[in-house]
Amino acid sequence: MELVCPAGNLPSLKAAVDNGADAVYFGFRDDTNARHFAGLNFSPEKMAEGVQYAHDRGARAFLALNTFPQPEGWGRWQDAVDRAAEMDFDALIAADIGVLDYACNRWPDLNLHLSVQGSATNYEAIRFFHENFGISRVVVPRVLSLPQVKHVVENSPVSIEVFGFGSLCVMVEGRCLLSSYATGESPNTFGACSPASAVEWRETDKGLETRLGGILIETVGKGENAGYPTICKARFEVGGNTFHAIEEPTSLNTMELLPELQKAGIAAVKIEGRQRSPAYVKQVTKVWRAALDACAKDPEHFKPKTEWLAELAKVSEGSQTTFGAYHRPWQ
Amino acid sequence: MKLSLGPITYFWTKEKTLEFYEQVAKSPVDIVYLGEIICSKRAIIRFSDWMEIGEQLAAAGKEVVMSTMTLLEAESELKMMRRICENGKFLVEANDIGAIQLMKGLPFVTGPSVNVYNQRTLARLAKAGLCRWVFPVELSEETFADMQEERPEGVESEIFAYGRLPLAYSARCFTARAHNLPKDDCDYKCGEYPDGMTLSAQDETRFLSLNGIQTQSAHTFNVLAELDELRSLGVDILRISPQSEHTLEVIEAFHNAMQGKEPAEEAAARLNANMPTGPCDGYWHGKPGIADSVLDNYK
Repeated sequence: MELVCPAGNLPSLKAAVDNGADAVYFGFRDDTNARHFAGLNFSPEKMAEGVQYAHDRGARAFLALNTFPQPEGWGRWQDAVDRAAEMDFDALIAADIGVLDYACNRWPDLNLHLSVQGSATNYEAIRFFHENFGISRVVVPRVLSLPQVKHVVENSPVSIEVFGFGSLCVMVEGRCLLSSYATGESPNTFGACSPASAVEWRETDKGLETRLGGILIETVGKGENAGYPTICKARFEVGGNTFHAIEEPTSLNTMELLPELQKAGIAAVKIEGRQRSPAYVKQVTKVWRAALDACAKDPEHFKPKTEWLAELAKVSEGSQTTFGAYHRPWQ
Repeated sequence: MKLSLGPITYFWTKEKTLEFYEQVAKSPVDIVYLGEIICSKRAIIRFSDWMEIGEQLAAAGKEVVMSTMTLLEAESELKMMRRICENGKFLVEANDIGAIQLMKGLPFVTGPSVNVYNQRTLARLAKAGLCRWVFPVELSEETFADMQEERPEGVESEIFAYGRLPLAYSARCFTARAHNLPKDDCDYKCGEYPDGMTLSAQDETRFLSLNGIQTQSAHTFNVLAELDELRSLGVDILRISPQSEHTLEVIEAFHNAMQGKEPAEEAAARLNANMPTGPCDGYWHGKPGIADSVLDNYK
């Protein structure tokens, strides 16, 4: 299985490549990718440097171009596709049908992956993207159980990449508008969930209040961990109770499932976190490299080492990790 | 301009559903979308029942469209989607790309959960058989106007004009979760909430509505007041999304305004009074979805 690691800047990219990533994914410094945060991502010059750095060391470079352009901004996405094609990327990760259509017609040799934002949860959808745009890989949404992932692999005409570690979307990606309902901007339209400009923190007697688009979505008491505020992981009142009505602030860690993912024929494991620090990328890449190598060598006796899990726990967002939907009872 | 009724998104009893469509048959709505689009466990109305309801509505002069599920995970769900796509009688609304693949070039409609955000996507899907698209709910009038200018020949534009907005879909069931039940043993709790369960923020803002695996807006989107503008933009169809109460009145109000029997703004204001949590229209005006132009309430 290929290890695909995130990079929000050049130091992160180098950390990923130096610590054993098989591939690294990154994006331009604008709304053409789904981690559009201030100070993050690559200028064209840094991007060329990043591609070169990866290639010189035998790693592949993927461009994330996975948001949905509207007519007014279409030119930006088209330019980004053109630049990616000229920059010798190994794959372009896209979600929008228009972008895929442009890319496969203008640059027939460009290798295309369907982003998780493309929302393909079933093999009929995957066949559509394969037959029409020649995609060679799909990153499947984090809503499928392990048997469902296996079924997709068995019937898919292309290879399957799954998320292994990092922040967890509990809603099917590419079809979640919760952020824009409160703020006017969503991953689809703007490339960010809970854009920083809409987040407001206020210290009060009750604790740290977090507002999103002016709506109070969380109050964090003293001693509690305050993660990045997203609607799906906040506490709300439903039926007279206030609780995590959608999901607890957990993150994903599937390391224990590696032998099963390998047996299922998964082609690649993706690490989430382009918005995280180079230290995070280094640590997570290092541990996952060791785990993938151990699993490839002896899947029958594979068990995550305590020290690996301890290292990962240090960089996890929130205090809990889950198998996500891969584990049926979670649903 | 025509009027359509979207699929029922909630889990109503079979009796209530049949009764509802009997009334719809007599209403002035032109197009009716049918089928379960949220959760495959809600299988009390079988495929053959839906087809029968469709026949009755067609006999009453309605155009009938069969809608497919939005989030497909299990093979049994794909099987149902195949039956709908191969129904041979009624047009199909694809709510997932998988359904487009199954239409194999036959005419289809895309529902609001298929991301058609730009002119190139619209043109590409038209080549695949798209005959009508529902404008994605998070996009603005400005984007709609741009796309109308480059709309391919033979493709109709439909707008989600009235109802609680479809905002997100998950593998988890939030109604079951609110009752401390696992999804596999959900006890069909969503049946107890014919308009979803209201979720409030910690400042008591009534915010979302939990409808099984779907999350909707608590506020009801309403663009009836913009009727003249919608006409000048060349909108072909206005969609009303069913609620458990007042839906026939909503149809009536839209119809009257479209016929010029009542000023659209007055009809819209009258409807606002009946909404479970009040109105919103922010998305259409390029603002947060929860905002409302009349209340002018965007913080």
